[in-house]
Amino acid sequence: MSQEEKPFKHPSFYPGDAPETEHPFSLYISVWILLFVLSGFSYGVDYAEVEGYLRWFLVTIFAFLKAGLVVGVFMHMAWERMAFLYAICLPPLFLLALVGILSVEGAWVYYVRSLFMTLTG
Amino acid sequence: MSNNHVSHADLVPDNLKGLVADWSSDVQAFKVRWSKAMMWIFLVSDTFIFGSFLSAYMAVRLTTIEPWPNTSEVFALHVGGSDIPLLLIAIMTFILISSSGTMAMAVTSGYKKQRVKTGVLILLTALGGVGFVGMQMFEWSKLIFEEGIRPWGNEFGADQFGGFFFMITGFHGLHVSIGVVYLTTIAVRVLQGRYDRLDDYQIVEVAGLYWHFVDLVWIFIFAFFYLW
Repeated sequence: MSQEEKPFKHPSFYPGDAPETEHPFSLYISVWILLFVLSGFSYGVDYAEVEGYLRWFLVTIFAFLKAGLVVGVFMHMAWERMAFLYAICLPPLFLLALVGILSVEGAWVYYVRSLFMTLTG
Repeated sequence: MSNNHVSHADLVPDNLKGLVADWSSDVQAFKVRWSKAMMWIFLVSDTFIFGSFLSAYMAVRLTTIEPWPNTSEVFALHVGGSDIPLLLIAIMTFILISSSGTMAMAVTSGYKKQRVKTGVLILLTALGGVGFVGMQMFEWSKLIFEEGIRPWGNEFGADQFGGFFFMITGFHGLHVSIGVVYLTTIAVRVLQGRYDRLDDYQIVEVAGLYWHFVDLVWIFIFAFFYLW
């Protein structure tokens, strides 16, 4: 942006003037490959018919690793300032509270339904 | 006050432009452009929508007495005389991750203001999105017409399966479809040279954020709906 086009003098109005973080294509291609490998691992868990807690644990770990790569590198969050990173990435953690409450609720409904089925045959 | 102090009124005019400036950025917490901050805030709200869908799915799946349908059986694809579990889903994942990769490259090309390269990479990304939605249509029609899965019931197990499947993948598919329209619009504008005239390719990065988010949501749908 040239100086004439700027209606305000204060530099904080134009944070975009700071040079953007540029990265070589090779970085994105490495992450791309890594995402394929991790997806392959998730798929492998299903293919090898791993069951129970180990299955849930592995699938969840691979999903969060992939999510970290997408948000961190593809979406450039790794290079944002901490104020912005926290403002965006902390609020979704409240979903954990929802998951916690709903898992208690779900287990209770299952218990009541099982009881009903047992009593009514 | 010292003589060289510059007051706010000196920097920002007291007119309509100044009003907008005062309300929007007189105290700036985030050192990013507003278009980028607003896209991120929209994506946080979208995270809560998909988070609520997936949490509801978890809660309902916990309550069913009837076993939940075996997804590797439901989503198996019959190829060359044998059922390959989740084959179509694997291809869809491959396509969506690849389109995220081309989008990341488009953003980098945008920083460098390479008009044609940026435009073509965004078009490639949109093409990946079209492929993804096409395969999703194939998947849905197979499930509806051949497997007889309905939002209120199916032959594989718990009745609630269909409702959650169509709601969650449908809402994600809608995001992909909107993304295809959005990216195509941006690509055309890039190729027309609009952002060269503005000397500003920021919009490419903002569109990229949206597209990567669509990929991000798919990662969790793939993990929690298809694999759990």
